[in-house]
Amino acid sequence: MKSGRQLSSKFRGTAAALGLLPFAVYVLLFLAVPTLIAVGTGFFDSDGAFTLSTIAALGDPVVLSTFASSFWLSALTAIVGAVVGAIACYALLGLRPDGPVRVMVDSLSGVLAQFGGVMLAFAFVATIGIQGMITVYLQDTFGIDLFANGVWLYETPGLILPYIYFQVPLMIITFMPALQSLKPQWAEANATLGGGTRSYWLNIAFPVLAPSFLGSLLLLFANAFSSYATAAALVSQGSQIVPLQIRAALTSETLLGRTNLAGALALGMIVVMAIVMSGYSMLQSRAARWQR
Amino acid sequence: MNGGLRMTGGVAHAPSRATRMVILGVIGLVFAVPIVAMVEFTLRKGLEGGYDAARWIALFQNGFTGVYKTVFVGLSNSVTLAVGTVALVLLLLVPTMLLVHIRFPQFRRVLELVCILPISIPAIVLVVGLAPVYAVIARMFGSGVWTLAFAYGITVLPFAYRAIQSNLDGVDVKTLSEAARTLGAGWGTVLLRVLVPNLRRGILAGAFIAVAVVLGEFTIASLLNRINLQTALVVVSKTDPYTAVILSLLALSFAFLLLLLIGRLGASPRRSRSPRSSKGTL
Repeated sequence: MKSGRQLSSKFRGTAAALGLLPFAVYVLLFLAVPTLIAVGTGFFDSDGAFTLSTIAALGDPVVLSTFASSFWLSALTAIVGAVVGAIACYALLGLRPDGPVRVMVDSLSGVLAQFGGVMLAFAFVATIGIQGMITVYLQDTFGIDLFANGVWLYETPGLILPYIYFQVPLMIITFMPALQSLKPQWAEANATLGGGTRSYWLNIAFPVLAPSFLGSLLLLFANAFSSYATAAALVSQGSQIVPLQIRAALTSETLLGRTNLAGALALGMIVVMAIVMSGYSMLQSRAARWQR
Repeated sequence: MNGGLRMTGGVAHAPSRATRMVILGVIGLVFAVPIVAMVEFTLRKGLEGGYDAARWIALFQNGFTGVYKTVFVGLSNSVTLAVGTVALVLLLLVPTMLLVHIRFPQFRRVLELVCILPISIPAIVLVVGLAPVYAVIARMFGSGVWTLAFAYGITVLPFAYRAIQSNLDGVDVKTLSEAARTLGAGWGTVLLRVLVPNLRRGILAGAFIAVAVVLGEFTIASLLNRINLQTALVVVSKTDPYTAVILSLLALSFAFLLLLLIGRLGASPRRSRSPRSSKGTL
């Protein structure tokens, strides 16, 4: 009898394990395989022979300068977005999480952080394009020509404002939970020991929030670094940032073997993202100590 | 005297009402500028200046014909893809999460890692590897637009996982299912009549976020040469930038209303309990 029950429980265990199979197969086919192919093509030439020359192309000055401009664009917009977003979070602190203002800000942040892309490009053409609302206003009222030194909107500097526009909402989404988890007891303890608002923020809140803030900053960096849609809709020629260079390599019909360059660029992006995201998860686990 | 402990809305050291209004007002105004500029852009009357609503009226009167038909095709493709992606979340992700939660708790970290991973793999990188995969799929199933839902299911994974997991953490799934099993319910009944109703909020939030992400997706569709809402908007913008902006404003408000609905769904059950029970999760 005992062995029969054992057998059936063993069978049930196997049946349950089979239930994990569909998801495992799905993730394998659509996440693992594409990632391996993307990274792998960088190691082969157009004839399918193994080569390191495509990877060596990552050292090309043009490619390096693309990575550099992707890097500073992401860093700049991440820092501005993180600071402005953190200030917005501070302002939201006293409001009830399920109150109308919070629900509204949360929804707006969700839309702007997720839905941005193409629409953002249109928005900024309408705002600071050659005939944009702000451009025309500055020209007519103050005689300031935004594009006196050339039309920068369709180059890397033109991406700064649109990127900040989706970085701030993302910061609000990711940083708000950390601010919310500051315990009232800490403020009470601070007050009991004779501390004021200043000492509370300086000695308690800032140190506790620092890992969360840095973690969110890294996430914002990763977000900007991997962002494609805004740049693709705004910049139709040239490829000043890495995602656009991948597009150029993928869609190029004139140069043979460029798909492999796309693979090498993808590998470069993955390496950057892996470093940033492992830093993020390290900071997150540090921050989690305070958030119980 | 220390006047340090100021409580606003139950939170210590929250800014005063005036500070809050100044900060939110300034940031709100700056963020409103591009949206206002979009509206202003669509109301322009052409070279002679002045404003009217002619383009909005024309768009609605002509019933989205001509060039705008692409947008309709794109929109219906995007809706199909959203349905497909939500189906993947409901039929593949939710059962797997429950199974791991109940039967294989040792795999929880692995599942979390797998589900969060797509955040660190940019869509543009995924496309490089997806292109050959889709070449195979096209041979097997044809190049119907619905096949893209498989790729979107992956990009949606981190968001859907977060939404469902934060609900799952708050519900004692194991006890509930054991109780139901003891009372003689089969696994199907446990799943559909006990677990799903308890996880309704998380599942709904996950599904809504999936819809928002799919409607906003551009990278994969664009590089695999499929038409969805966003790629269609770019095509229209090349010939008629005004209408493209009107249509993006409409799409934006639609997505905003959708997320507002999630916020309401997420907020209402909490409100009936206690106002301070919310534990913020991404």
